[in-house]
Amino acid sequence: MTQAQLEIQLLAMATAVACSLCGVFLVLRRMSLLSDAISHTVLIGIVIAFFLTGDMTSPWLLVGATTAGVFTVLLVESLQKTGVVREDAAIGLVFPALFSIAVLLISIFSKNVHLDMDAVLVGKIALTPLPSRRLEFGGYDFGPKSLALMIAIIIVNIGFIILFFKELKVSTFDPAFSKAIGFNPYWIHLGLVLSVSTTAVASFDAVGSILVVALMAAPAATAYLLTDKLSIMLVLSCIIGMLCAVLGYWLAHFLDASIAGSMATVAGILFGLTFFFAPERGLFSVWQRAKIRDRKFKLALLLVHLTQHEGTIRELEECNIESLHLHLRWDEYETRSVAFEAVESFCALQENKVLRLTPKGRIIALESLQIGTNLS
Amino acid sequence: MTGPNDKKMEFALEINDLTVSYKDKPVLWDIDLEIPQGALVGIVGPNGAGKTTLIKSILGLLKPVAGSAKILGLEIDQGIKKIAYVPQRGSVDWDFPATVFDVVQMGTYGKLGWLGRPGIKEKKLTKDALEKVGMLELAHRQISQLSGGQQQRVFLARALVQHAEIYLMDEPFQGVDSTTEQSIVELLRELRNQGATALVVHHDLQTVKDYFDWVVLLNVRKIAAGPVSDVFTETNLKLAFGSRVSLGE
Amino acid sequence: MFESLSVPGLGSVVAGTALLGFLCGTLGTFAVLRKQSLMGDAISHACLPGLILAFLLFNSKESWALMLGAAISGTIAAMVILGISRFSRVKEDSALAITLSVFFGFGLMLLTWVQRRPDAAQAGLARFLFGQAATLLDRDVWLLAAIAIPCLITVFIFWKHFQLVCFDRSFAQSLGFPVFLIEVLLSLLLVMVIVAGLETVGVVLMSALLVAPAVAARQWTNKLEIMAILAGVFGAFSGIAGAVLSNIGKTSIPTGPVIVLFITLIVFLSILFAPARGIVWLQFKHWRDSKVLQLDSVLSNLLNLAREHSGKQNGHSMAMLKGISSNPSGVPRSVHKLLEMGLVSEVDKGLYIPTSKGAEYLNEKTSHMGAPLK
Repeated sequence: MTQAQLEIQLLAMATAVACSLCGVFLVLRRMSLLSDAISHTVLIGIVIAFFLTGDMTSPWLLVGATTAGVFTVLLVESLQKTGVVREDAAIGLVFPALFSIAVLLISIFSKNVHLDMDAVLVGKIALTPLPSRRLEFGGYDFGPKSLALMIAIIIVNIGFIILFFKELKVSTFDPAFSKAIGFNPYWIHLGLVLSVSTTAVASFDAVGSILVVALMAAPAATAYLLTDKLSIMLVLSCIIGMLCAVLGYWLAHFLDASIAGSMATVAGILFGLTFFFAPERGLFSVWQRAKIRDRKFKLALLLVHLTQHEGTIRELEECNIESLHLHLRWDEYETRSVAFEAVESFCALQENKVLRLTPKGRIIALESLQIGTNLS
Repeated sequence: MTGPNDKKMEFALEINDLTVSYKDKPVLWDIDLEIPQGALVGIVGPNGAGKTTLIKSILGLLKPVAGSAKILGLEIDQGIKKIAYVPQRGSVDWDFPATVFDVVQMGTYGKLGWLGRPGIKEKKLTKDALEKVGMLELAHRQISQLSGGQQQRVFLARALVQHAEIYLMDEPFQGVDSTTEQSIVELLRELRNQGATALVVHHDLQTVKDYFDWVVLLNVRKIAAGPVSDVFTETNLKLAFGSRVSLGE
Repeated sequence: MFESLSVPGLGSVVAGTALLGFLCGTLGTFAVLRKQSLMGDAISHACLPGLILAFLLFNSKESWALMLGAAISGTIAAMVILGISRFSRVKEDSALAITLSVFFGFGLMLLTWVQRRPDAAQAGLARFLFGQAATLLDRDVWLLAAIAIPCLITVFIFWKHFQLVCFDRSFAQSLGFPVFLIEVLLSLLLVMVIVAGLETVGVVLMSALLVAPAVAARQWTNKLEIMAILAGVFGAFSGIAGAVLSNIGKTSIPTGPVIVLFITLIVFLSILFAPARGIVWLQFKHWRDSKVLQLDSVLSNLLNLAREHSGKQNGHSMAMLKGISSNPSGVPRSVHKLLEMGLVSEVDKGLYIPTSKGAEYLNEKTSHMGAPLK
């Protein structure tokens, strides 16, 4: 592995970590789509700042872009507040409009200037090790500039999360309560928006605007399928993000394809794998548990059915092993096997094809009935 | 052998061992219920007792784990055409671009077939229903500009348009002014007198005796069902609601 | 105007964008009403891998082949979104964001891989992202029409189904309608429209064309059928305006963004100024209502005072009314208005009592109050 490769991977990992940190809160607060909007509209901030300074490397670009991100969110929210537009539509209105303005500005005014829009959308992480993009200080080479910037962003993000961990937690899971204990969740919301904007701006130089969305949403959502605890989710999501970065880099290397695209692909694959195979919330284990639970539930149901008809006129008909499936509307074979299980576990007896409860079965049935019934 | 003339009177609804669950938590436990035709039935029970679930399973909107429901002796997919459903008011977006007339007219869609459009006959039916609930003057008002009671009247009219044999109503009195409540009750009585059956999810225990002939007490399982005078007793209520509830008489 | 139409090829560009605008507006109406405004955005991004795979498979740049590929991956994306939010705890917003970006990233990877150059994505990608309305040819317009017309006919045929499912899903089900199939049909139509429009306006602007005309149209009408047609007209209009405007000058300005800015302008004006739903109108109404409310409260205060001091025919002074009002400075004006309306009379200098008409007026008001709106 050459030093250039190492640097690219480091930058990819740093970007993924910065994005994952914000992403966790976006996913939990159902704001993922704001990252989509923000990552598109930062372009207008960059364009305006660029026209004002004429310098593609000016730090003002960062400021302009962040402002544009925050502005986007405020615009979406004020549209929503009018009451005539819902949130999804508001987002769908604002970001294409701002993005279009940016595209037009570029095409009208910057014919001769080099403002590479495609690079904005796709990123140029592959150019990281170039000599012109290095941070040099006093003759020493401190590595790529973008890596330094990204690390700074990570530090800020971590700082924000540690400082306001309690507030973030409360306002994420119970905004009403956070208001009740006397701090305004809106400030936390704004802080989060600010941090998402900054992160999006810094990251999309590397991975492009659309893939920022992937790095914010996918690792966080993957972690969300693996844990319930916020702190663990944060750590997991960073690890998954780094995994996307490294695997994505080598996939791109192997295919000779876009690094950002490969990172997003890996992020998608990891999410997909987790979606199906996660130990507790994966689709397969959920199905498996449902199957077992279903069986248990059906046994309890059978017993409840027997109690409900015990001693009634229709008992002979309702509890007859041969017509049972007609009443419960189950598959005949399945009904037999559930009934057999009931007899096997000494919950019921079979007398002339009629199932009758044993004392044990009756207790289980009454307990099951109690579980369902709620006395408020 | 039964002759053609003494055909057995079908039950309006015949529910057989119906169990509905959310994951492994039973919402309805092995319900058996037979509702005679022409009854005005109140479904009563505490929150989470499965009242809405019962209605939705009868309509086939929820799939039961076990058991079945029959509508006038027919399986659900056949019998559903004989039912008019009044959902909870909060279940729809009242900012939808539709007028009172549009919403009520939707009740005629079921009998129109795939390509049919509402024509003169349907418009007449719609107007009649609006007249009945006293909303004809507001026919062209946007639905977001209605009060809670008016919204409920619109839903009621949409059900009336269907000229169904059975009416299933989910909390029609929720958030409704007393005038509207009274006129809904009037209408229900009128429907019953014409031979229709109505099942109404109801909250206010005080009015059960005045409004309904029949009552179903529900708390996940069926506590009791039958004519109000037989079933709506202190003992049964305690079984359904726990010991804190009384009729306050 | 007509000179600019004589620009070679502009006729087909205008026809194409108008057709597309109409189609997007109409179908977007349902998407917006079903709270799926961003579904279009996600599906359109997700078309990229299908486009590229189709290109690889058929080895052609024929529009129909690319469209087929795009349609397939768009449909898969729509199913993935529904699947994620239905079968896991991940919510719909994250499902949309993940699907959108991962499909797009996968497409990007394929694209660069096909070209065997990691950073050569530009040309094809720019086209996918921003469209190339300016190069629409007659045959493109025919292809567009071949998609648009069946779509619009389908909407016409299934009108009442779509209306019912969008408004009240469970009621539709209770009428025995196959609700799930209807929803699938609506999603398929959305995919078709997006696929048809991608080449013309590109990904980002596609989502705008699906959302904006519908939002604007909603402001002007309370009827679904008018909303759908109006949205179509707004879409078509901005399509035409965008095509013409971007071709007027000597420099070529990209058509897509101009279309979007135009439709955004229409939305802006509609949200502000539309009667009944416009913000300006609502503010005015709010102001007027607060005046009426103030009037009512002064009148009811006066009535209460009169009731408390029953038997006495002497009225109550302005100062007294001010003392119990929540907005004392508005009291004199309200009293004058009430005098004008004959709801209050002046018994003595500076002393007021409610008239019988006033009592009636207030009675009627309170009896008409139903349950408060949600």
